[in-house]
Amino acid sequence: MKSDSEAVLPHDSMSALIECQDLWKVYRAGDIDVQALCAVTLTIQRGEMIAIMGASGSGKSTLMNILGCLDAPTKGRYRLNGVEVSALGQDALADIRNRQIGFVFQNFNLIPRTNALENVQLPLFYRGLSLKEQRGRAADALARVGLAERVGHHPAQLSGGQQQRVAIARALVAAPAILLADEPTGNLDTDSSRDIMGILQTLNQQDGITIILVTHETDIARYASRQLLMKDGQIVRDERRATRPVNEPVVP
Amino acid sequence: MSAFLWLTILTAFRILGRNRLRAGLTMLGIIIGVGSVIAMVSIGEGAKAAVRAQVASMGSNVIIVLPGATTVGGVRGGQGGAVTLTVADALDLKKKIPLLVETGYGKRDVMQVVNANKNWNAPVNGISASYLTIRDWSYSSGGPITQTDMETAARVALLGQTVVENLYDPGEEPVGSTIRIKNVPFRVIGVLAPKGQSAQGSDQDDILFIPFTTAERKVLGTQFLGSVGALFASTDRSEDLPEAVESVREVLRTRHRLQSEQADDFTIRTQVDIGRVQEDASQTLTAMMFAIASISLVVGGIGIMNILLVSVTERTREIGVRMAVGATRRHILMQFLIEAMTLSLVGGVLGIVLGVLGARTTTIFAGWPTIISPQAILVAFVFSVVIGLFFGLYPANKAAHLNPIEALRYE
Repeated sequence: MKSDSEAVLPHDSMSALIECQDLWKVYRAGDIDVQALCAVTLTIQRGEMIAIMGASGSGKSTLMNILGCLDAPTKGRYRLNGVEVSALGQDALADIRNRQIGFVFQNFNLIPRTNALENVQLPLFYRGLSLKEQRGRAADALARVGLAERVGHHPAQLSGGQQQRVAIARALVAAPAILLADEPTGNLDTDSSRDIMGILQTLNQQDGITIILVTHETDIARYASRQLLMKDGQIVRDERRATRPVNEPVVP
Repeated sequence: MSAFLWLTILTAFRILGRNRLRAGLTMLGIIIGVGSVIAMVSIGEGAKAAVRAQVASMGSNVIIVLPGATTVGGVRGGQGGAVTLTVADALDLKKKIPLLVETGYGKRDVMQVVNANKNWNAPVNGISASYLTIRDWSYSSGGPITQTDMETAARVALLGQTVVENLYDPGEEPVGSTIRIKNVPFRVIGVLAPKGQSAQGSDQDDILFIPFTTAERKVLGTQFLGSVGALFASTDRSEDLPEAVESVREVLRTRHRLQSEQADDFTIRTQVDIGRVQEDASQTLTAMMFAIASISLVVGGIGIMNILLVSVTERTREIGVRMAVGATRRHILMQFLIEAMTLSLVGGVLGIVLGVLGARTTTIFAGWPTIISPQAILVAFVFSVVIGLFFGLYPANKAAHLNPIEALRYE
């Protein structure tokens, strides 16, 4: 396993963080081919906070899976941080997910009966860091999302908002280039939603983490500085706009 | 890597601890399998040791030479059918082979023995005085047949315990009394200490000894003077036996003027050979029991595979999450393999405890000798690890090849 310092991939600050060119994804469902993505071309710069919107079936989840290196495009090129990802094998993709990408899911996806600290340790565990370092960095990440007091709690003992914060800490602990959030507030009430979006916005503005948000709620999308609208596997609108300010920043 | 292994093992234990009943039931097959392997092998080893001890009691350094088969006009008689061995053979063997401490000879026939109004059919053995030393008989009363008895063809007899029981009333002293064999009166000069059953299960105490010379002339008769039913010889140490056997063969072949292409006209047997047959039998039994126990180990392995497949399905989402945060297929594979091996190892250790207890219980309650062999424990332990690996591989591989997107979406 590589040490942390080797994690730095070819890094060219002049180029964009994400460059997608002519991405296609075709599924075969029975006898018909379903085109989930049709010729998507997209460039995302470092430090952007971008919302991908669209109805279900519009291809936004497919795009997100490809951007998150969980899925490979049928055709097209995807460069992440200067590396051609579409050519990589399973293990290399796992490594990229481990070092470059943090996931936040709608249903939190914490490992049950495993405490918050251990959940957050997970990416570092797979990176092969020492237990001491895993614990230290996981505790720091939990503190950043305001859960320093809850490290020993199991997901079942935490509220939805707290669980999502643990998930954010888990995404954060690996110091990723991109944070991919798939409907991060889909299962949360309004207050918790605002908390979570506040944390994400702070991470974007203070730490310069690129955040890609998938949502169908315009309200949530307004936190982003750029909004993409997808329909039938294509990007039909791409606009930049002023972001909604965070009323009560959760992260100091 | 070590942090990964360590934490994975820890996690495996935690997961098993969480589903104690399920883990216990899953391990049951391995526990019973390993337990029975160890108990069976212990019982088998115990039986083998008992046989070995019995062989030693009969004299592990004794060589027996029996006459060979006769061939009359192409019809071969059974072993011992020919009369090819003589007293002179015995004397010559002792003279020519320094390894032999003692040589003796004898012949036997079952005859009616009478004491007062009681009679009993016993094997009557005419023997040289040295025979008693070779076979290591001792006496519960009286003493042995001596060289003088041999030279004078004295009408004296030694009785085995079984013969005594059948010819005398309880409490009656046989030594000094007179019995009749084929109407010839014999004075009883000793009673043999009991030897119990032979390895073949025959009663070694149902026996009667008289001097060879007396037997030859007055009781058993003879085809030609000096012909014997069997030769006996002993070496100092049982290690010398194989070499002594070869020397005996050479001397006898020379004495019998056998050409190199001719087969031996005698058969040489040792107690070691006889014991080996017994050991082989118990070895076969042990192997069979081992096979049966192995089947239950395999069944235990299938149990592990089954429960792991359930676990993989239950934890599909978790596997998806692990993959999303950077677990490689090897990580996932290792995790489930380690869980399988933890199950089979814990089961194996519990099985060893059960097997040792089982063997002890058998000794205490059934009185069977058992020997707990460290090899059996090692083999059972290794076997359970291999079972865990083998039957864990399929579920682990299934987990490792889940599609992360589908796994994350799994409800």
